[in-house]
Amino acid sequence: MIGRQRRLEELKRLIPEVTPLEALDLLDRGAVLIDVREPDEIAKGSAEGAERIVRGFLELRIEDTVPDPNTPVIVMCASGTRSLFAAENLRQLGYTDVKSMQGGFGRWEEEGLPVHTPRVLNALERERYARHLAIPEIGEQGQAKLIDSKVLLVGAGGLGSPAAYYLAAAGVGTVGVVDDDVVDRSNLQRQILHSDSRVGMPKVESARKTLNGLNPLIEVIGYPQRLDSDNVQEIFEPYDVIVDGADNFPTRYLVNDACVRLGLPDVHGSVFRFEGQVTVLWPGRPEAPGPCYRCIYPEPPPPELAPSCADAGVLGVLPGVIGLLQAVETIKILLQLGDPLVGRLLHYDALRTRFTEFKLERDPECSYCADGASFPGYIDYQHFCNAAA
Amino acid sequence: MNQVSIRIPTPLRSHTGGLDEVVVEASSVREALDALGRRHEGIVEQVLDRHGKVRRFINVYLGDRNISALAGLETPLHESNLVISIVPAVAGGGQ
Repeated sequence: MIGRQRRLEELKRLIPEVTPLEALDLLDRGAVLIDVREPDEIAKGSAEGAERIVRGFLELRIEDTVPDPNTPVIVMCASGTRSLFAAENLRQLGYTDVKSMQGGFGRWEEEGLPVHTPRVLNALERERYARHLAIPEIGEQGQAKLIDSKVLLVGAGGLGSPAAYYLAAAGVGTVGVVDDDVVDRSNLQRQILHSDSRVGMPKVESARKTLNGLNPLIEVIGYPQRLDSDNVQEIFEPYDVIVDGADNFPTRYLVNDACVRLGLPDVHGSVFRFEGQVTVLWPGRPEAPGPCYRCIYPEPPPPELAPSCADAGVLGVLPGVIGLLQAVETIKILLQLGDPLVGRLLHYDALRTRFTEFKLERDPECSYCADGASFPGYIDYQHFCNAAA
Repeated sequence: MNQVSIRIPTPLRSHTGGLDEVVVEASSVREALDALGRRHEGIVEQVLDRHGKVRRFINVYLGDRNISALAGLETPLHESNLVISIVPAVAGGGQ
């Protein structure tokens, strides 16, 4: 008898086997089903609810998926052979209740059990996003989610530049950029999407060149127009997250109101000389709603107390710090990772090198986002901000 | 009376000769702002409106809590070394 055959018979005596139907039942009762096949096999479909750990990495990655060695584990492959070997490896690692699924995915499919065809990355994507794939919290499914995501940046300026740059690098599949401005040489002290040779070029065009230069796999959509009450909803609607890097109060309130209306997270950043603020405004967050911009600042300051960066100046690196915090929050929201900066304001004082966090409360009377409030509509934002006293 | 630090945001530092923090003795937030105003003319008028309420584009925090979620300007300062932060709305996007 050749070694393989002998070993298989030993394993069959050692490892309990279950049918696909029994596996499905155990899965419903808290067992973990692990598909150990190769990515190209899984690309054609896998058992719904199964975790996927390729056989070659099984021992290295199993603890990320199944931290408790007493959790019941069922291993599956294509026909029920590789899963026996893999199950034995798990037993040797200390897993106490390991079974192998008879007939593998072939039989699962034949019996008409639920199949999930995961989004798989192609070779180019695997290479480019290898460092994301290595993080258990992201992995192939997380990266696929980023690729299917759409993020809109309001402003391709100081905040929008670093945020867009890293979101494109991370593989967010659709990056929208709204900006009606052209590149000016004085922008280049901080707006790293642009370059000296592009002075005079529309910023959305310059942004598209830079972002697609870094990552040709993503789609960059430019909106060379000024956001207003008439176009905001149509522009925002297709997106999952809005990153607000606007430079004036009328646009801040407009972005807020549209996000409230559409239930979108507004990843808000702002800078002034050596100080920056970041928060995620998201009253539409299903699990735990946070305040909107109007809850925190019901009215803008009068124009004389609201100098722009053009008038007051800004340390060029500062929007880099704040814009990247916005990018991190955006990715967390897209992947539902960690605790988003909802209901918290992060304040950065660059001179003191001090981050301070403040709690933000929802205004139960907020005219835009209070529970049960009907959307009051878009307003004349220029007038609203000019009239502030 | 307790010692409290008041953090001054950049747009208001023209009133404090550039200081980013002013330490005063007070037993409530209101007293702290009054003490700040006595030392640095014109600054309190920027924080409070003519009815004496915090302006709607500014938040005043004691530690990490907005005083509006506590007892407003009457919020007592029970211990020493508390920090009051004045944080205005800022719109700059580095454009």
